[in-house]
Amino acid sequence: MRATVIGAGVVGLTTALTLAERGAKVTLVERSRELGGNASWLAGGMLAPFCEGESAPQSVVDLGKGAIDWWDARVPGVARAGTLVVAPPRDVGEIDRFARRTRGHERADEARIAALEPDLGGRFRTGLFFAGEGHLDPRGAMGALAGALRRRGAEMRFGEDGEGLGPEAGLIVDCRGFAARAELEQLRGVRGEMIRVRTREVSFTRSVRLLHPRIPLYVVPRANGEFMIGATMIESAEKGAVSVRSAIEMLSAAYALHPAFGEAEILEMSADVRPAYPDNEPRIDERGGRIFVNGFFRHGFLLAPAFADRVATLAFERAGALV
Amino acid sequence: MTAAVDRRKTVALTQTPDFTLYGVTLASRLLLGTSQYPSPAILAEAAHASSADVLTVSLRRESARLREGQDFWRLIRDIGARVLPNTAGCYSVKEAVTTAQMAREVFSTPWIKLEVIGEADTLQPDVFGLVEAARILASEGFEVFPYTTEDLVVAERLLDAGCKVLMPWGAPIGSGKGLNNVFGLRALRAHFPDVPLIVDAGVGLPSHAAAAMELGYDGVLLNTAVAKAGDPIAMARAFAQAIQAGRAAFLAGPTQPRDMASPSTPVVGRAVLI
Repeated sequence: MRATVIGAGVVGLTTALTLAERGAKVTLVERSRELGGNASWLAGGMLAPFCEGESAPQSVVDLGKGAIDWWDARVPGVARAGTLVVAPPRDVGEIDRFARRTRGHERADEARIAALEPDLGGRFRTGLFFAGEGHLDPRGAMGALAGALRRRGAEMRFGEDGEGLGPEAGLIVDCRGFAARAELEQLRGVRGEMIRVRTREVSFTRSVRLLHPRIPLYVVPRANGEFMIGATMIESAEKGAVSVRSAIEMLSAAYALHPAFGEAEILEMSADVRPAYPDNEPRIDERGGRIFVNGFFRHGFLLAPAFADRVATLAFERAGALV
Repeated sequence: MTAAVDRRKTVALTQTPDFTLYGVTLASRLLLGTSQYPSPAILAEAAHASSADVLTVSLRRESARLREGQDFWRLIRDIGARVLPNTAGCYSVKEAVTTAQMAREVFSTPWIKLEVIGEADTLQPDVFGLVEAARILASEGFEVFPYTTEDLVVAERLLDAGCKVLMPWGAPIGSGKGLNNVFGLRALRAHFPDVPLIVDAGVGLPSHAAAAMELGYDGVLLNTAVAKAGDPIAMARAFAQAIQAGRAAFLAGPTQPRDMASPSTPVVGRAVLI
Protein backbone atom coordinates (compact mmCIF):
# COMPACT_ATOMS: atom_id res chain seq x y z
CA MET A 1 0.00 0.00 0.00
CA ARG A 2 1.11 3.52 -0.84
CA ALA A 3 0.31 6.39 1.49
CA THR A 4 1.21 10.04 1.72
CA VAL A 5 1.00 11.69 5.10
CA ILE A 6 0.75 15.49 5.15
CA GLY A 7 2.23 17.26 8.15
CA ALA A 8 5.29 16.31 10.20
CA GLY A 9 3.93 17.20 13.61
CA VAL A 10 3.69 14.47 16.19
CA VAL A 11 0.51 13.07 14.65
CA GLY A 12 1.92 12.95 11.12
CA LEU A 13 5.22 11.41 12.21
CA THR A 14 3.53 8.83 14.42
CA THR A 15 1.00 7.92 11.74
CA ALA A 16 3.66 7.70 9.02
CA LEU A 17 5.84 5.46 11.14
CA THR A 18 2.94 3.19 12.10
CA LEU A 19 2.00 2.81 8.44
CA ALA A 20 5.61 2.10 7.52
CA GLU A 21 5.95 -0.44 10.32
CA ARG A 22 2.99 -2.29 8.84
CA GLY A 23 4.59 -2.41 5.46
CA ALA A 24 3.12 0.60 3.67
CA LYS A 25 5.27 2.62 1.29
CA VAL A 26 5.08 6.00 2.98
CA THR A 27 5.83 9.56 1.89
CA LEU A 28 5.71 12.33 4.48
CA VAL A 29 5.36 15.91 3.25
CA GLU A 30 5.83 18.93 5.48
CA ARG A 31 5.46 22.60 4.59
CA SER A 32 8.34 23.72 6.84
CA ARG A 33 11.92 23.45 5.62
CA GLU A 34 12.83 21.22 8.55
CA LEU A 35 11.27 19.53 11.54
CA GLY A 36 9.57 21.97 13.88
CA GLY A 37 7.62 25.15 13.40
CA ASN A 38 4.45 23.52 14.69
CA ALA A 39 2.53 23.04 17.92
CA SER A 40 4.19 19.67 18.63
CA TRP A 41 7.60 21.36 18.73
CA LEU A 42 6.41 23.42 21.71
CA ALA A 43 4.74 20.56 23.57
CA GLY A 44 5.55 19.62 27.15
CA GLY A 45 5.99 15.99 26.17
CA MET A 46 4.23 14.73 29.25
CA LEU A 47 2.95 11.18 28.99
CA ALA A 48 0.47 11.71 31.79
CA PRO A 49 -2.86 10.05 31.04
CA PHE A 50 -3.95 9.94 34.69
CA CYS A 51 -3.22 13.61 35.39
CA GLU A 52 -5.02 14.61 32.22
CA GLY A 53 -8.07 12.78 33.54
CA GLU A 54 -8.57 15.74 35.85
CA SER A 55 -10.30 17.59 33.04
CA ALA A 56 -10.23 15.23 30.05
CA PRO A 57 -12.79 12.50 29.38
CA GLN A 58 -12.11 8.89 30.33
CA SER A 59 -11.34 7.99 26.71
CA VAL A 60 -8.23 10.21 26.85
CA VAL A 61 -7.04 8.36 29.95
CA ASP A 62 -7.73 4.94 28.42
CA LEU A 63 -6.22 5.67 25.01
CA GLY A 64 -3.23 7.46 26.55
CA LYS A 65 -2.17 4.61 28.83
CA GLY A 66 -0.30 2.79 26.09
CA ALA A 67 1.60 5.86 24.91
CA ILE A 68 4.53 5.53 27.29
CA ASP A 69 5.33 2.00 26.06
CA TRP A 70 4.96 3.02 22.43
CA TRP A 71 7.38 5.89 22.80
CA ASP A 72 9.80 3.99 25.01
CA ALA A 73 10.09 1.30 22.32
CA ARG A 74 11.00 3.82 19.59
CA VAL A 75 12.64 6.86 21.13
CA PRO A 76 15.65 7.18 23.44
CA GLY A 77 15.37 9.03 26.71
CA VAL A 78 11.75 8.40 27.66
CA ALA A 79 11.64 9.06 31.41
CA ARG A 80 9.41 6.68 33.33
CA ALA A 81 9.69 8.43 36.65
CA GLY A 82 6.08 9.46 37.16
CA THR A 83 4.55 12.88 37.73
CA LEU A 84 4.59 14.86 40.96
CA VAL A 85 1.69 17.22 41.61
CA VAL A 86 2.08 19.82 44.36
CA ALA A 87 0.20 22.88 45.57
CA PRO A 88 1.22 25.86 47.70
CA PRO A 89 -0.01 25.65 51.31
CA ARG A 90 -2.92 28.02 50.78
CA ASP A 91 -4.17 26.07 47.79
CA VAL A 92 -4.00 22.54 49.25
CA GLY A 93 -7.73 22.26 48.58
CA GLU A 94 -6.74 21.98 44.93
CA ILE A 95 -4.86 18.76 45.73
CA ASP A 96 -8.00 17.20 47.18
CA ARG A 97 -9.97 18.24 44.14
CA PHE A 98 -7.30 16.89 41.77
CA ALA A 99 -7.16 13.63 43.74
CA ARG A 100 -10.92 13.18 43.53
CA ARG A 101 -10.90 13.65 39.78
CA THR A 102 -8.01 11.30 38.97
CA ARG A 103 -6.79 7.76 39.53
CA GLY A 104 -3.36 6.18 39.52
CA HIS A 105 -1.90 8.34 42.28
CA GLU A 106 -0.72 8.08 45.85
CA ARG A 107 -0.64 10.84 48.44
CA ALA A 108 2.81 12.31 48.97
CA ASP A 109 3.57 14.01 52.27
CA GLU A 110 6.49 16.33 52.90
CA ALA A 111 8.98 13.48 53.40
CA ARG A 112 7.84 11.65 50.29
CA ILE A 113 8.00 14.83 48.20
CA ALA A 114 11.54 15.43 49.47
CA ALA A 115 12.50 11.85 48.65
CA LEU A 116 11.11 12.12 45.11
CA GLU A 117 12.39 15.60 44.32
CA PRO A 118 14.98 16.73 46.90
CA ASP A 119 14.87 20.32 45.61
CA LEU A 120 11.22 20.54 46.57
CA GLY A 121 11.87 19.20 50.08
CA GLY A 122 10.59 21.56 52.75
CA ARG A 123 8.78 23.65 50.15
CA PHE A 124 5.60 21.60 49.80
CA ARG A 125 3.74 19.59 52.38
CA THR A 126 1.07 17.95 50.26
CA GLY A 127 1.16 16.39 46.86
CA LEU A 128 0.18 13.50 44.64
CA PHE A 129 2.54 11.08 42.96
CA PHE A 130 1.46 9.42 39.72
CA ALA A 131 3.99 6.59 39.44
CA GLY A 132 2.80 5.21 36.10
CA GLU A 133 3.47 8.33 34.05
CA GLY A 134 6.48 9.74 32.26
CA HIS A 135 7.77 12.35 29.89
CA LEU A 136 9.97 12.82 26.85
CA ASP A 137 11.68 15.62 24.99
CA PRO A 138 9.35 16.35 22.05
CA ARG A 139 12.07 17.71 19.77
CA GLY A 140 14.34 14.73 20.33
CA ALA A 141 11.42 12.35 19.97
CA MET A 142 10.29 13.89 16.68
CA GLY A 143 13.84 13.67 15.36
CA ALA A 144 14.00 10.02 16.42
CA LEU A 145 10.75 9.23 14.59
CA ALA A 146 12.02 10.96 11.46
CA GLY A 147 15.18 8.80 11.69
CA ALA A 148 13.13 5.65 12.12
CA LEU A 149 11.05 6.59 9.08
CA ARG A 150 14.13 7.07 6.94
CA ARG A 151 15.53 3.75 8.10
CA ARG A 152 12.32 2.10 6.93
CA GLY A 153 12.76 3.66 3.52
CA ALA A 154 10.06 6.29 3.84
CA GLU A 155 10.48 9.42 1.77
CA MET A 156 10.35 12.78 3.58
CA ARG A 157 9.80 15.94 1.57
CA PHE A 158 10.13 19.28 3.31
CA GLY A 159 8.99 22.67 2.03
CA GLU A 160 5.88 21.16 0.46
CA ASP A 161 2.35 21.86 1.63
CA GLY A 162 0.72 18.78 0.11
CA GLU A 163 -1.30 20.72 -2.48
CA GLY A 164 -1.80 19.09 -5.85
CA LEU A 165 -0.87 15.55 -4.89
CA GLY A 166 -1.62 13.20 -7.75
CA PRO A 167 -2.82 9.58 -7.82
CA GLU A 168 0.79 8.43 -7.35
CA ALA A 169 0.54 9.73 -3.77
CA GLY A 170 -1.70 6.80 -2.91
CA LEU A 171 -3.96 7.15 0.10
CA ILE A 172 -3.66 10.62 1.64
CA VAL A 173 -3.65 11.01 5.40
CA ASP A 174 -4.00 14.64 6.40
CA CYS A 175 -2.32 15.43 9.73
CA ARG A 176 -1.89 19.16 9.34
CA GLY A 177 -3.25 20.24 12.71
CA PHE A 178 -4.70 23.73 12.76
CA ALA A 179 -3.54 24.34 9.18
CA ALA A 180 -6.45 22.12 8.08
CA ARG A 181 -8.95 24.56 9.63
CA ALA A 182 -10.41 25.56 6.25
CA GLU A 183 -11.44 21.95 5.53
CA LEU A 184 -12.48 21.02 9.07
CA GLU A 185 -15.05 23.63 10.04
CA GLN A 186 -15.52 22.33 13.59
CA LEU A 187 -11.83 22.72 14.35
CA ARG A 188 -10.80 25.65 16.54
CA GLY A 189 -7.47 26.95 17.77
CA VAL A 190 -6.39 26.97 21.40
CA ARG A 191 -3.35 29.14 21.85
CA GLY A 192 -0.53 27.80 23.99
CA GLU A 193 2.55 29.65 25.22
CA MET A 194 5.69 28.09 26.68
CA ILE A 195 9.03 29.18 28.11
CA ARG A 196 12.29 27.25 28.09
CA VAL A 197 14.84 28.10 30.77
CA ARG A 198 18.18 26.77 31.98
CA THR A 199 19.51 26.59 35.51
CA ARG A 200 21.90 24.30 37.34
CA GLU A 201 20.57 25.34 40.73
CA VAL A 202 17.56 23.10 40.67
CA SER A 203 17.01 19.69 39.16
CA PHE A 204 13.96 17.49 38.75
CA THR A 205 13.73 13.85 37.79
CA ARG A 206 10.13 14.00 36.67
CA SER A 207 7.61 16.51 35.46
CA VAL A 208 6.15 18.60 38.25
CA ARG A 209 2.72 20.20 38.19
CA LEU A 210 1.91 23.14 40.40
CA LEU A 211 -1.79 23.48 41.10
CA HIS A 212 -3.10 26.97 41.41
CA PRO A 213 -6.69 28.05 40.97
CA ARG A 214 -5.79 30.60 38.33
CA ILE A 215 -2.37 29.68 36.96
CA PRO A 216 -1.87 25.91 36.82
CA LEU A 217 1.59 25.18 35.53
CA TYR A 218 3.89 22.32 34.71
CA VAL A 219 7.65 22.17 34.59
CA VAL A 220 9.23 19.37 32.56
CA PRO A 221 12.94 18.72 32.97
CA ARG A 222 15.05 18.41 29.81
CA ALA A 223 18.70 17.52 29.36
CA ASN A 224 21.53 19.94 30.23
CA GLY A 225 19.75 21.78 33.02
CA GLU A 226 16.94 22.90 30.77
CA PHE A 227 13.29 23.06 31.76
CA MET A 228 10.15 23.59 29.76
CA ILE A 229 7.60 25.72 31.57
CA GLY A 230 4.07 25.71 30.26
CA ALA A 231 1.59 26.20 29.10
CA THR A 232 -1.20 28.67 28.71
CA MET A 233 -4.57 27.69 27.26
CA ILE A 234 -6.23 30.60 25.55
CA GLU A 235 -9.32 30.32 23.37
CA SER A 236 -7.70 32.01 20.43
CA ALA A 237 -6.08 31.03 17.16
CA GLU A 238 -3.58 33.86 17.34
CA LYS A 239 0.01 32.77 16.73
CA GLY A 240 1.67 36.03 17.78
CA ALA A 241 4.51 36.15 20.29
CA VAL A 242 4.04 35.33 24.00
CA SER A 243 2.22 38.09 25.85
CA VAL A 244 3.79 39.84 28.80
CA ARG A 245 0.93 38.74 31.03
CA SER A 246 1.33 35.08 30.14
CA ALA A 247 5.09 35.31 30.65
CA ILE A 248 4.62 36.93 34.05
CA GLU A 249 2.11 34.30 35.09
CA MET A 250 4.23 31.35 33.97
CA LEU A 251 7.46 32.72 35.38
CA SER A 252 5.95 33.67 38.73
CA ALA A 253 4.42 30.23 39.03
CA ALA A 254 7.83 28.69 38.29
CA TYR A 255 9.38 31.02 40.85
CA ALA A 256 6.77 29.88 43.38
CA LEU A 257 7.74 26.28 42.64
CA HIS A 258 11.37 27.04 43.36
CA PRO A 259 13.06 30.44 43.79
CA ALA A 260 16.11 29.17 41.88
CA PHE A 261 14.07 29.65 38.71
CA GLY A 262 14.45 33.36 39.41
CA GLU A 263 18.10 33.09 38.38
CA ALA A 264 17.52 30.81 35.39
CA GLU A 265 18.40 31.93 31.87
CA ILE A 266 15.43 32.32 29.56
CA LEU A 267 16.33 30.42 26.39
CA GLU A 268 13.06 30.65 24.51
CA MET A 269 9.51 31.92 24.70
CA SER A 270 7.20 30.57 22.01
CA ALA A 271 3.54 30.37 21.14
CA ASP A 272 1.51 28.30 18.73
CA VAL A 273 -2.02 27.04 18.21
CA ARG A 274 -3.35 23.64 19.23
CA PRO A 275 -6.07 22.17 17.04
CA ALA A 276 -9.19 21.12 18.95
CA TYR A 277 -12.75 19.99 18.30
CA PRO A 278 -15.60 21.15 20.54
CA ASP A 279 -15.24 18.10 22.82
CA ASN A 280 -11.43 18.48 22.89
CA GLU A 281 -11.05 14.90 21.65
CA PRO A 282 -9.28 13.87 18.42
CA ARG A 283 -11.25 12.68 15.41
CA ILE A 284 -10.64 10.61 12.32
CA ASP A 285 -12.71 11.87 9.36
CA GLU A 286 -12.88 10.66 5.77
CA ARG A 287 -13.61 13.26 3.14
CA GLY A 288 -13.11 13.13 -0.58
CA GLY A 289 -10.97 10.01 -0.34
CA ARG A 290 -8.72 11.57 2.29
CA ILE A 291 -8.33 10.55 5.90
CA PHE A 292 -8.13 13.52 8.27
CA VAL A 293 -6.67 12.96 11.73
CA ASN A 294 -6.88 16.07 13.82
CA GLY A 295 -8.02 17.79 17.02
CA PHE A 296 -5.38 16.47 19.42
CA PHE A 297 -5.70 19.60 21.61
CA ARG A 298 -3.09 19.24 24.38
CA HIS A 299 -2.75 15.48 23.93
CA GLY A 300 -0.62 15.06 20.82
CA PHE A 301 2.18 12.94 22.27
CA LEU A 302 -0.26 11.16 24.57
CA LEU A 303 -2.84 10.12 21.98
CA ALA A 304 -0.97 10.03 18.66
CA PRO A 305 0.12 6.36 19.02
CA ALA A 306 -3.42 5.09 19.69
CA PHE A 307 -4.88 7.10 16.82
CA ALA A 308 -2.04 6.17 14.45
CA ASP A 309 -2.94 2.56 15.12
CA ARG A 310 -6.58 3.19 14.20
CA VAL A 311 -5.67 5.21 11.13
CA ALA A 312 -3.29 2.52 9.89
CA THR A 313 -5.99 -0.14 10.25
CA LEU A 314 -8.45 2.08 8.40
CA ALA A 315 -5.91 2.91 5.69
CA PHE A 316 -5.18 -0.75 4.98
CA GLU A 317 -8.93 -1.46 4.85
CA ARG A 318 -9.44 1.31 2.31
CA ALA A 319 -6.43 0.21 0.27
CA GLY A 320 -7.70 -3.37 0.31
CA ALA A 321 -11.07 -2.21 -0.98
CA LEU A 322 -9.38 -0.36 -3.84
CA VAL A 323 -7.49 -3.48 -4.94
CA MET B 1 -60.15 42.19 59.58
CA THR B 2 -56.59 41.43 58.50
CA ALA B 3 -57.70 39.24 55.63
CA ALA B 4 -57.79 42.14 53.13
CA VAL B 5 -54.29 43.21 54.04
CA ASP B 6 -53.00 39.67 53.76
CA ARG B 7 -54.58 39.17 50.38
CA ARG B 8 -53.03 42.36 49.04
CA LYS B 9 -49.70 41.25 50.28
CA THR B 10 -50.09 37.89 48.60
CA VAL B 11 -50.99 39.53 45.33
CA ALA B 12 -48.00 41.83 45.54
CA LEU B 13 -45.69 38.93 46.21
CA THR B 14 -46.86 36.61 43.47
CA GLN B 15 -47.03 39.35 40.86
CA THR B 16 -43.47 40.48 41.31
CA PRO B 17 -42.01 42.10 38.26
CA ASP B 18 -40.26 39.96 35.70
CA PHE B 19 -36.52 39.62 35.74
CA THR B 20 -35.65 42.51 33.47
CA LEU B 21 -32.14 43.77 32.84
CA TYR B 22 -31.79 46.94 30.77
CA GLY B 23 -35.18 46.37 29.23
CA VAL B 24 -34.58 42.71 28.41
CA THR B 25 -36.88 40.28 30.20
CA LEU B 26 -35.30 36.95 31.03
CA ALA B 27 -36.92 33.68 32.02
CA SER B 28 -33.98 32.33 34.01
CA ARG B 29 -32.39 34.11 36.95
CA LEU B 30 -29.13 32.24 36.50
CA LEU B 31 -26.31 33.88 34.56
CA LEU B 32 -23.54 31.46 33.67
CA GLY B 33 -19.85 32.05 32.97
CA THR B 34 -18.13 30.21 30.12
CA SER B 35 -14.52 29.74 31.21
CA GLN B 36 -12.65 26.75 32.63
CA TYR B 37 -14.94 24.00 31.31
CA PRO B 38 -13.30 20.72 30.28
CA SER B 39 -14.40 21.42 26.69
CA PRO B 40 -16.70 23.70 24.71
CA ALA B 41 -18.99 20.71 24.16
CA ILE B 42 -19.43 20.24 27.91
CA LEU B 43 -19.89 23.99 28.30
CA ALA B 44 -22.72 23.91 25.75
CA GLU B 45 -24.44 21.01 27.50
CA ALA B 46 -24.05 22.65 30.90
CA ALA B 47 -25.44 25.90 29.56
CA HIS B 48 -28.49 24.11 28.22
CA ALA B 49 -28.94 22.17 31.47
CA SER B 50 -28.75 25.41 33.47
CA SER B 51 -31.45 27.05 31.30
CA ALA B 52 -29.42 30.25 31.65
CA ASP B 53 -30.53 32.99 29.26
CA VAL B 54 -27.31 34.92 29.70
CA LEU B 55 -23.75 33.66 29.27
CA THR B 56 -20.77 35.76 30.27
CA VAL B 57 -17.71 35.62 28.08
CA SER B 58 -14.25 36.77 28.96
CA LEU B 59 -12.60 38.77 26.26
CA ARG B 60 -8.91 38.63 26.78
CA ARG B 61 -7.40 41.56 25.04
CA GLU B 62 -4.84 39.54 23.16
CA SER B 63 -7.52 37.37 21.65
CA ALA B 64 -9.38 40.45 20.51
CA ARG B 65 -6.22 41.92 19.02
CA LEU B 66 -6.57 39.95 15.83
CA ARG B 67 -10.19 38.82 16.14
CA GLU B 68 -8.84 35.33 16.47
CA GLY B 69 -11.00 34.05 19.31
CA GLN B 70 -13.88 33.78 16.85
CA ASP B 71 -14.16 30.03 16.83
CA PHE B 72 -14.79 29.86 20.56
CA TRP B 73 -17.10 32.86 20.43
CA ARG B 74 -19.05 31.26 17.59
CA LEU B 75 -19.49 28.13 19.71
CA ILE B 76 -20.87 30.33 22.50
CA ARG B 77 -23.21 32.19 20.17
CA ASP B 78 -24.42 28.82 18.85
CA ILE B 79 -25.66 27.95 22.35
CA GLY B 80 -28.32 30.55 21.71
CA ALA B 81 -28.22 32.53 24.93
CA ARG B 82 -27.66 36.26 25.16
CA VAL B 83 -23.98 37.10 25.58
CA LEU B 84 -22.73 39.33 28.37
CA PRO B 85 -19.08 40.03 27.58
CA ASN B 86 -16.88 40.82 30.55
CA THR B 87 -13.66 42.65 31.23
CA ALA B 88 -12.23 39.90 33.45
CA GLY B 89 -8.57 40.35 34.25
CA CYS B 90 -8.48 44.12 33.71
CA TYR B 91 -6.59 46.01 36.38
CA SER B 92 -7.02 49.57 35.19
CA VAL B 93 -9.80 51.85 33.99
CA LYS B 94 -8.20 52.28 30.60
CA GLU B 95 -7.76 48.53 30.10
CA ALA B 96 -11.37 47.85 31.12
CA VAL B 97 -12.75 50.57 28.84
CA THR B 98 -10.69 49.35 25.87
CA THR B 99 -11.76 45.75 26.47
CA ALA B 100 -15.41 46.84 26.69
CA GLN B 101 -15.11 48.66 23.39
CA MET B 102 -13.63 45.58 21.74
CA ALA B 103 -16.37 43.42 23.25
CA ARG B 104 -19.05 45.67 21.77
CA GLU B 105 -17.51 45.23 18.33
CA VAL B 106 -17.03 41.50 18.63
CA PHE B 107 -20.43 40.63 20.10
CA SER B 108 -22.53 43.54 18.80
CA THR B 109 -24.05 44.20 22.22
CA PRO B 110 -24.08 47.26 24.48
CA TRP B 111 -24.02 44.94 27.51
CA ILE B 112 -20.77 44.75 29.45
CA LYS B 113 -19.97 43.08 32.74
CA LEU B 114 -17.47 45.52 34.12
CA GLU B 115 -14.63 44.15 36.23
CA VAL B 116 -11.82 46.38 37.38
CA ILE B 117 -9.67 44.23 39.60
CA GLY B 118 -7.80 45.91 42.43
CA GLU B 119 -5.90 43.08 44.01
CA ALA B 120 -4.48 39.95 42.40
CA ASP B 121 -4.87 37.50 45.27
CA THR B 122 -8.51 38.14 46.14
CA LEU B 123 -9.49 39.55 42.73
CA GLN B 124 -11.28 42.19 44.79
CA PRO B 125 -12.84 44.94 42.70
CA ASP B 126 -11.09 48.30 42.62
CA VAL B 127 -14.28 50.20 43.38
CA PHE B 128 -12.74 53.60 42.61
CA GLY B 129 -11.66 52.51 39.16
CA LEU B 130 -14.96 50.69 38.74
CA VAL B 131 -17.03 53.86 39.25
CA GLU B 132 -14.80 55.81 36.91
CA ALA B 133 -14.93 53.16 34.18
CA ALA B 134 -18.70 52.77 34.63
CA ARG B 135 -19.19 56.51 34.11
CA ILE B 136 -17.08 56.49 30.92
CA LEU B 137 -18.82 53.43 29.51
CA ALA B 138 -22.34 54.58 30.39
CA SER B 139 -21.66 57.89 28.66
CA GLU B 140 -20.61 55.90 25.56
CA GLY B 141 -23.93 54.11 25.53
CA PHE B 142 -22.89 50.89 27.24
CA GLU B 143 -25.29 49.07 29.55
CA VAL B 144 -23.00 48.33 32.43
CA PHE B 145 -23.20 45.38 34.83
CA PRO B 146 -20.64 46.32 37.48
CA TYR B 147 -18.93 43.60 39.53
CA THR B 148 -18.73 45.36 42.89
CA THR B 149 -18.64 44.76 46.63
CA GLU B 150 -21.68 45.02 48.89
CA ASP B 151 -20.67 48.59 49.89
CA LEU B 152 -23.74 50.85 49.90
CA VAL B 153 -21.89 54.05 49.07
CA VAL B 154 -20.11 52.47 46.12
CA ALA B 155 -23.48 51.14 44.95
CA GLU B 156 -24.91 54.65 45.12
CA ARG B 157 -21.98 56.01 43.09
CA LEU B 158 -22.39 53.28 40.47
CA LEU B 159 -26.06 54.15 40.05
CA ASP B 160 -25.09 57.82 39.76
CA ALA B 161 -22.59 56.81 37.07
CA GLY B 162 -25.43 55.34 35.04
CA CYS B 163 -25.54 51.66 36.06
CA LYS B 164 -29.04 50.19 36.25
CA VAL B 165 -27.97 46.80 37.57
CA LEU B 166 -25.60 46.01 40.45
CA MET B 167 -23.63 42.82 40.89
CA PRO B 168 -22.15 42.55 44.38
CA TRP B 169 -19.82 39.67 45.17
CA GLY B 170 -20.79 36.85 47.48
CA ALA B 171 -17.12 36.06 48.12
CA PRO B 172 -13.90 36.39 46.08
CA ILE B 173 -14.06 35.05 42.50
CA GLY B 174 -13.62 31.31 42.34
CA SER B 175 -13.39 30.91 46.13
CA GLY B 176 -16.68 29.04 46.45
CA LYS B 177 -17.16 30.44 49.95
CA GLY B 178 -20.77 31.46 49.47
CA LEU B 179 -22.26 34.63 50.93
CA ASN B 180 -19.51 36.08 53.10
CA ASN B 181 -21.43 39.10 54.33
CA VAL B 182 -25.11 38.29 54.54
CA PHE B 183 -25.75 41.38 56.63
CA GLY B 184 -24.20 43.62 53.96
CA LEU B 185 -26.06 41.90 51.12
CA ARG B 186 -29.35 42.21 53.03
CA ALA B 187 -28.69 45.92 53.65
CA LEU B 188 -27.97 46.44 49.96
CA ARG B 189 -31.22 44.73 49.03
CA ALA B 190 -33.18 46.84 51.53
CA HIS B 191 -31.49 50.01 50.33
CA PHE B 192 -32.18 49.49 46.64
CA PRO B 193 -35.49 47.67 46.44
CA ASP B 194 -36.03 48.58 42.78
CA VAL B 195 -32.55 47.99 41.31
CA PRO B 196 -31.89 44.53 39.89
CA LEU B 197 -29.29 42.97 42.16
CA ILE B 198 -27.30 39.92 41.11
CA VAL B 199 -24.88 38.08 43.36
CA ASP B 200 -21.77 37.60 41.27
CA ALA B 201 -18.78 35.52 42.33
CA GLY B 202 -17.95 33.30 45.26
CA VAL B 203 -20.93 30.98 44.88
CA GLY B 204 -19.70 27.43 45.41
CA LEU B 205 -22.84 25.40 46.08
CA PRO B 206 -26.46 25.43 44.99
CA SER B 207 -27.36 26.19 48.63
CA HIS B 208 -25.36 29.43 48.38
CA ALA B 209 -27.31 30.42 45.29
CA ALA B 210 -30.59 29.54 46.99
CA ALA B 211 -29.56 31.65 50.00
CA ALA B 212 -28.93 34.66 47.75
CA MET B 213 -32.35 34.26 46.17
CA GLU B 214 -34.00 33.85 49.59
CA LEU B 215 -32.53 37.25 50.50
CA GLY B 216 -34.52 38.71 47.63
CA TYR B 217 -31.73 38.98 45.12
CA ASP B 218 -32.88 39.04 41.53
CA GLY B 219 -30.33 36.65 40.12
CA VAL B 220 -27.05 34.81 40.56
CA LEU B 221 -24.02 34.80 38.28
CA LEU B 222 -21.55 31.95 38.63
CA ASN B 223 -18.93 30.06 36.68
CA THR B 224 -16.31 28.02 38.57
CA ALA B 225 -18.81 26.09 40.70
CA VAL B 226 -20.27 24.57 37.53
CA ALA B 227 -17.21 24.52 35.26
CA LYS B 228 -14.95 22.77 37.78
CA ALA B 229 -17.55 20.38 39.18
CA GLY B 230 -17.01 16.66 38.65
CA ASP B 231 -20.07 16.67 36.39
CA PRO B 232 -20.62 20.24 35.15
CA ILE B 233 -23.87 19.35 33.41
CA ALA B 234 -25.50 17.84 36.51
CA MET B 235 -24.21 20.72 38.61
CA ALA B 236 -25.66 23.27 36.20
CA ARG B 237 -29.05 21.61 36.59
CA ALA B 238 -28.68 21.61 40.39
CA PHE B 239 -27.99 25.35 40.37
CA ALA B 240 -31.01 26.01 38.17
CA GLN B 241 -33.21 24.13 40.64
CA ALA B 242 -31.67 25.88 43.66
CA ILE B 243 -32.20 29.31 42.15
CA GLN B 244 -35.81 28.51 41.37
CA ALA B 245 -36.32 27.14 44.87
CA GLY B 246 -34.69 30.18 46.47
CA ARG B 247 -36.80 32.55 44.41
CA ALA B 248 -39.98 30.64 45.21
CA ALA B 249 -39.08 30.69 48.90
CA PHE B 250 -38.54 34.43 48.83
CA LEU B 251 -41.87 34.98 47.13
CA ALA B 252 -43.57 32.68 49.61
CA GLY B 253 -42.51 34.89 52.50
CA PRO B 254 -40.18 32.92 54.74
CA THR B 255 -40.79 32.68 58.48
CA GLN B 256 -38.29 34.38 60.72
CA PRO B 257 -35.91 32.46 62.96
CA ARG B 258 -36.63 32.69 66.66
CA ASP B 259 -34.73 31.89 69.82
CA MET B 260 -37.34 29.70 71.49
CA ALA B 261 -38.91 26.54 70.24
CA SER B 262 -42.35 27.01 68.78
CA PRO B 263 -44.28 23.77 68.62
CA SER B 264 -46.03 23.34 65.36
CA THR B 265 -48.71 21.33 67.13
CA PRO B 266 -50.87 23.56 69.33
CA VAL B 267 -50.48 22.97 73.05
CA VAL B 268 -53.60 24.85 74.07
CA GLY B 269 -55.47 22.83 76.66
CA ARG B 270 -52.41 21.09 77.96
CA ALA B 271 -50.84 21.85 81.25
CA VAL B 272 -47.63 23.68 80.39
CA LEU B 273 -46.78 24.99 83.84
CA ILE B 274 -44.76 22.22 85.33
